[in-house]
Amino acid sequence: MTIGLGHYLTVAAILFVFGIFGIFLNRKNVIIILMSVELMLLAVNINLVAFSTFMHDMVGQVFAMFVLTVAAAEAAIGLAILVIYFRTRGSIAVEDINQMKG
Amino acid sequence: MINLADMAFYLFAFITVASGFLVISARNPVHSVLWLILAFFSAAGLFVLMGAEFLAMLLVIVYVGAVAVLFLFVVMMLDINFTEFKQGALQYLPMGGLIGLILLAELVTLGSAWAFGDVVGQNITAPIPAASDVHNTQALGQLLYTHYIFIFQTAGLILLVAMIGAIVLTHRQRPGVKRQSIADQAARRPEDAYKLVDVKVGSGVALPTKKG
Repeated sequence: MTIGLGHYLTVAAILFVFGIFGIFLNRKNVIIILMSVELMLLAVNINLVAFSTFMHDMVGQVFAMFVLTVAAAEAAIGLAILVIYFRTRGSIAVEDINQMKG
Repeated sequence: MINLADMAFYLFAFITVASGFLVISARNPVHSVLWLILAFFSAAGLFVLMGAEFLAMLLVIVYVGAVAVLFLFVVMMLDINFTEFKQGALQYLPMGGLIGLILLAELVTLGSAWAFGDVVGQNITAPIPAASDVHNTQALGQLLYTHYIFIFQTAGLILLVAMIGAIVLTHRQRPGVKRQSIADQAARRPEDAYKLVDVKVGSGVALPTKKG
C-alpha cells in the first residue's frame, strides 16, 4: 500500500485532536495551552502541504508559510503577555485571571 | 515488501504523533518543550517526504530554533511551582477525552466519506514544476514574490508589529537607575541653571533650594 493523501491527513487529524485534548487536560497551565495551540497549527500546516503535494498546486505551501508566520508572532506575543502577567501577579494560574470579569 | 520512503513516512508519523501526545501529558513543562521540539523536527521530516523542502527547513529554523527555544526560556525563567498545576488535572480527563473522541470520530467520518470533485483538478493555480526543472525553494519564491507579494509584505508587517508589541509589553523602567535623558538635557535653559544675584556688602546670599 503506497503512502497517499489519506495517510498524511490522518497524522494531521490525530495531532489536531491531541492539541485540543491538551487544552482540556492542562487547563491550569497557560504555557502548555500555548504549546497545544502550536501543535494544532502544525497539524494545519501538515494538511496544507499534503494537499499542495497531492494536487500538484504550489499555493498550499505559500499559505503554509503564512500560517507559520502568524504562529510565530502569536507565540511571541503570548509569551510576552505571560511574562508581564507573572511579573505583576507572581503566578500564571489560569483561574486567577478573572479581574476583567469576562 | 515495504520500501524505504514508506518506512520513513511511518517512522516520522509515529514520532510526530507520539511526541505530540507526550507534549500534553508530560509532568514537567521543560520536558513538554523538548517533546514539542521533537514533534516539529519529525514534522519537518514529513515535509521533506512530501517534497516541501523549503518549508521543512523553515520549520526547523523558525520553530525549533526560535519559537521552541523561546518557550524553553520562558519556562525556565519564570519561577513557577508546576506541581500544583497537576493537582486536579485529571478531573477534566473525561470531558476532554469525550470531546477529543467526538472530534476524531467526526474527522474519520469526514475522511472516509469524502472524495475529490470533478472540477478540482482543473482549478490548479500554480502547478508544481518538475523537481529536475525548478527546485522547491525557487518555485516557492517565484510565486511568493509575484502573485503573493502584498500578502508577503503583510506577513512581514505582522512580524514587525509582534516584535514591537513584545518589546513594549516586556520592557520596564527600573526605579533608581540613573540614565541619561537627552530630552531633559536639550530642554535645559540658562535661566534654570544659574541666577545672577547682586550681593550687598556685608550680607550673605541665600542658598538656592535644590530643584527636584
